Amino acid sequence: MALEPILHLRGRGVVVRGDDIDTDRIIPARYLRAITFDGLGDALFRDVRFDEEGRPLDHPLDRPERQGATILLSGRNFGCGSSREHAPQSIVRAGFRAVIAGSFAEIFFQNATTLGLACVALGDDDLAAVGAAVEADPAAEVAIDVAAATVTAAGRTYAGALPATAREALTRGRYDPLAELLEHDAAIAATAERLPYVAGSRT
Amino acid sequence: MNEPRHLFDKVWDAHAVGTLANGQTQLLIGTHLIHEVTSPQAFGMLDDLGLPVRMPHRTFATVDHIVPTDQRQEPFADPLADAMIKALRANCERHGITYFDLGSGRQGIVHMVGPEQGITQPGTTIACGDSHTSTHGALGAVAFGIGTSQVRDVLATQTIAMTKPKVRRIEVNGELGPGVYAKDVILHIIRTLGVNGGIGYAYEYAGEVFDRMSMEERMTVCNMSIEGGARCGYVNPDDTTFAYLEGRPYAPKGAAWDEAVARWRATASDPGCAYDDVVVIDAADIAPTVTWGINPGQAIFIDERVPDPAEVPAGERASVAEALAHMQLQGGQAIAGTPVNVAFLGSCTNARLSDFREVAAVLRGRKVAPGVRAIAVPGSTLVKEACEREGIDRVLIDAGFEWRAAGCSMCLAMNPDKLRGDELCASSSNRNFKGRQGSATGRTVLMSPVMVAAAAVTGAVADARAVFGAREA
Repeated sequence: MALEPILHLRGRGVVVRGDDIDTDRIIPARYLRAITFDGLGDALFRDVRFDEEGRPLDHPLDRPERQGATILLSGRNFGCGSSREHAPQSIVRAGFRAVIAGSFAEIFFQNATTLGLACVALGDDDLAAVGAAVEADPAAEVAIDVAAATVTAAGRTYAGALPATAREALTRGRYDPLAELLEHDAAIAATAERLPYVAGSRT
Repeated sequence: MNEPRHLFDKVWDAHAVGTLANGQTQLLIGTHLIHEVTSPQAFGMLDDLGLPVRMPHRTFATVDHIVPTDQRQEPFADPLADAMIKALRANCERHGITYFDLGSGRQGIVHMVGPEQGITQPGTTIACGDSHTSTHGALGAVAFGIGTSQVRDVLATQTIAMTKPKVRRIEVNGELGPGVYAKDVILHIIRTLGVNGGIGYAYEYAGEVFDRMSMEERMTVCNMSIEGGARCGYVNPDDTTFAYLEGRPYAPKGAAWDEAVARWRATASDPGCAYDDVVVIDAADIAPTVTWGINPGQAIFIDERVPDPAEVPAGERASVAEALAHMQLQGGQAIAGTPVNVAFLGSCTNARLSDFREVAAVLRGRKVAPGVRAIAVPGSTLVKEACEREGIDRVLIDAGFEWRAAGCSMCLAMNPDKLRGDELCASSSNRNFKGRQGSATGRTVLMSPVMVAAAAVTGAVADARAVFGAREA
């Protein structure tokens, strides 16, 4: 399962303002009534994009000049709440390759990274500067250097945060860990054998 | 003499299979709990790769999120929900996984079923595709919520790739006042440390208050660790833990029980061990707490006023204003007296026997206020039956509550139980996010079950201590 290394990302952005944007907001629970992840892209941020009668609410994602954006920007603690992988799945399926935010909730971060969705954190002032550049010019490109964890926008480069483990996984195309986990079967068996509740309950 | 260690390190080290190329740990997950929402895609991925389930004997399933709580006959009225339960049943059958199905008598919210069956044990690692997996830490387990790709990883390898968190000890000492419950303790902790304060940490809950708590109270606290940003929260195992587990179906028996208790005791944090952070809270400072906003950290004591955007730090102004607008509250107003449309008793946070006993004790002889829709949803079939044996269901029904069957219900509204329009719900659940209870404009005020009862009978957010009189907590 060799994956394409993710080294540099470049694209137009869209800002979804706010701190503590939770995964219920990203993908409302009624869209979890399914046995696949198909079609989740359309449901991204559904309840803040459309009212209950389905009328558009002029959400940034739906503005014509933001179509084709590949980098999502938001505030602190992005992706908090439910562990639903449907959240990053819907972001990826809506065409995004990266999220730049103030910080990320832990389960969201891990789910996103496993899908190859790069999540880079910026400090408050830098995030505000990049967000302002994106909001001011829909054609502006944002560039992410994954290995360096930097974000470049409007001619300035900002130092971001991306844990070394995620940087390593993305840049080496190892962000889906299953193949590597499977390689260590003997060590898994040996560890299980040392744990009475695991070894002893085999029937 | 070995260096004193905390429970988290002991459990982590015992389950570490090795270090992965990116520096993460490959961690053995001794117990995998699965349910109908986050597992079908994982089984699909497994099929695509032609892989078997690595340890079906360590995998346990139940159905909870989509189950209707009024009419449980299959096929369900919702064809999507019906497809989900059938997929889970088929996947469990095909892979030889123990499944607590609707008719088993042991079905319930997955975080109720694990402890009830004695599957959840001290010193073990547990993962489940649900963020409230932290609940199981109440028994001294290290338990994480995971996403569906990780559910696939556990099914295929019984391991996940994980970065070791730091450990913060949260001590609550002294005595809780009358009418102050475990729910108030965790809401207060989240309010104090913030909804993102726990990112990168496991929480160890300790001190006199947790030592005295019942297992069910500890579960309420550990359940909401994730609401404070901590993926995992635990209480060290003690005699309360062992007494709870003894005799449960999956608990060890005979000589194996004695060996297990000795092992579990040794798993508890050693005196004098070092933590990455320590927070100390005085129990006397905690009062009945309710949320006023759209995340669980936006909480105040029942006698406080909601914040005024003009008076909070500039960085919080937009969030406070957004929350007040959604909740239809004015900055500076009292939260007590806010009219309530719905009262919900349920969820993996507060739908256990002790919760319903407390509620029945205050509701006996009282009536739900006119116009309030009140529903009570036991967290598990076993809780439902126990309540019915004790006549608790009658007390609730006589008061005007609907008495339902077990499931997640209106906590996240994946089944037919939903708020309508901008209804305001007094809820014993765990999340007050916009839209969480099934209506985009719906409003949630989180509180303890007894406070939900007070809101139900008065038709407004109210101080249960005043409504029902001072009782010993």
